[in-house]
Amino acid sequence: MSKGFVELSHTADWALRVWAQEISGLYQQAALGMYSLMGVMVRPSTGIFREISMEASDDECLLVNFLSELLYLAEEERVGFSTLKISVKNQQLTASGEIGQIEALQKEIKAVTFHNLAIKKNAGQYEVTIVFDV
Amino acid sequence: MVAISDFIKINEYEWEIPQTFRKDMRGPVRVFATRQLLENSLEDLSVEQAINATTLPGLVGPVVVMPDMHQGYGFPIGGVAATAYPTGVISPGGIGYDINCGVRLLATQIPYEDALPLLDRLANALNHYCPSGVGGKGQWHLDDQELGKVCRQGMRWALKKGLATEMDLRRTEEQGQLDGADPAAVSQRALQRGRSQLGTLGAGNHFLEVGVVEDIFEPDAAQIMGLESGCLTLMIHCGSRGFGHQICSDYVQSFQMAVKRYGIHLPDRELVCAPLDSKEGQDYLAAMRAAANYAFVNRQLLAHLARQAFEDTFAGKVKNWHLNQVYDITHNMGKVEEHVVDGKRVKVCVHRKGATRAFGPGFKDLPSEYFKIGQPVLVPGSMGTASWVLLGTEESMVKSFGSSCHGAGRVLSRSKAKKQVRGEHLRDQLMGQGIQIRAGSMPGLAEEAPQAYKDVDQVVKTVCGAGIAKKVVRLRPVVVIKG
Repeated sequence: MSKGFVELSHTADWALRVWAQEISGLYQQAALGMYSLMGVMVRPSTGIFREISMEASDDECLLVNFLSELLYLAEEERVGFSTLKISVKNQQLTASGEIGQIEALQKEIKAVTFHNLAIKKNAGQYEVTIVFDV
Repeated sequence: MVAISDFIKINEYEWEIPQTFRKDMRGPVRVFATRQLLENSLEDLSVEQAINATTLPGLVGPVVVMPDMHQGYGFPIGGVAATAYPTGVISPGGIGYDINCGVRLLATQIPYEDALPLLDRLANALNHYCPSGVGGKGQWHLDDQELGKVCRQGMRWALKKGLATEMDLRRTEEQGQLDGADPAAVSQRALQRGRSQLGTLGAGNHFLEVGVVEDIFEPDAAQIMGLESGCLTLMIHCGSRGFGHQICSDYVQSFQMAVKRYGIHLPDRELVCAPLDSKEGQDYLAAMRAAANYAFVNRQLLAHLARQAFEDTFAGKVKNWHLNQVYDITHNMGKVEEHVVDGKRVKVCVHRKGATRAFGPGFKDLPSEYFKIGQPVLVPGSMGTASWVLLGTEESMVKSFGSSCHGAGRVLSRSKAKKQVRGEHLRDQLMGQGIQIRAGSMPGLAEEAPQAYKDVDQVVKTVCGAGIAKKVVRLRPVVVIKG
């Protein structure tokens, strides 16, 4: 899968522009982009699988919920997904994949913000810019 | 984009965007800055964010912006917004995810010359005793009952445990305990994160810094604070860790629906808010106060650990190695206070995000020794540059809801800082200047490079020129510990 995120310049915090053809792909790229910003390295091939499900009132709330869940898992359980499959329908998300212990975590993200958060579809492609509090 | 021509110049240090600038504004924006600092700030979205903040229902007076302003998320960093209590709103994003992020300063009578041969050892000891880094866990693992006590009692909990002194409490904003905190308003997930992170520094821009009192501008005030020329100080900068981050995240998420219920329209979803007299608003206040008390205790426990590091390093080698509290102050908080607006005394909820309370002399909450001089204002500089101790003034009560700046303020994005600076080079450069550096992450160190920040001396010159603070001492760093 090609990379669908890039870090944007932000004075104090971190911002990420994310894009994908499908809405589920957008959530996946957002997760990969956030892991990349944090410098997360997950032990691969553990054979341990985890599924997380959630729903929200709109796509943006769902995105913040999902990324916040990944932050919680990284901080409290020190685990991350090494593979990730996501399905999103009607503001309901299911993410599943292989999880492993985080072997390296370079930087802390305090929170995923709603700052100017709006998922848009342009020329057949979903896009969003996410600002993280660090 | 806002241009310099959109501002009305009040004087050399004060500028205003009038309420007429945009239709949805409920008040003006008042910026404290020199022309140069203002022009620099127009390169990011900080002023736009301040304009957005004026749309909060129940806004009283102007949204005030400090010279260390920079772009944040929703509110600008360095922003102060007051809303009518209880008819106005409270906005969690206007306080920030790191609820009660703040600064504590402790003073010593250890002369720098005596400490110099031991600074390397002191840096190692501080690094050893004070847990830091991403997701760092502390030595205090609390059950629900104890965590509930921390939430409600704040630093009084630490005093009962023998981890604080009466002087520590007396010389802390609100004596380290906000009334009205309620752990029942906090989610299980936040409680889970809070159980193990007490007494930890964290990462990012949080730090411990040993400094030397270099310049004294108000000798009497410095003496009252225990700040002696040429002696070491310790500054602690951190907040409520994952506990506060989770509380803010929970309420920003739930307020997305609250604004719809209350028919509130805002230009940015991060500004979501709820009426202070609603259940949602009261619940957030109770949870925010719990996080604030947690943060006061967090800095207290770090001070306790730092005292052990100072004892290990200096006991038997210097006459007096003790660390005495100067003050502990928050710069991310919502406080219900009384202020005079348009000649009338009114109760307001003051949101300070990256801004410090700066009450002048005669404020009843101050410890007796500070009653006549005013409240200490602690302004850490960027790594490797000076930090300042200021005092609040009568003028700050009139001009800025009793508020002043909180630091140097960033000018360079983290991504640009990383491109321009290598952590290892920066560490070597600072070590060459006689500053001991201990850092958990070299890329993280690079992001906090001094060139990523404004000149703190210019920021201090501005707030003092505007009359909303006055200089007491300037501190030079000699040891920096970063997570």
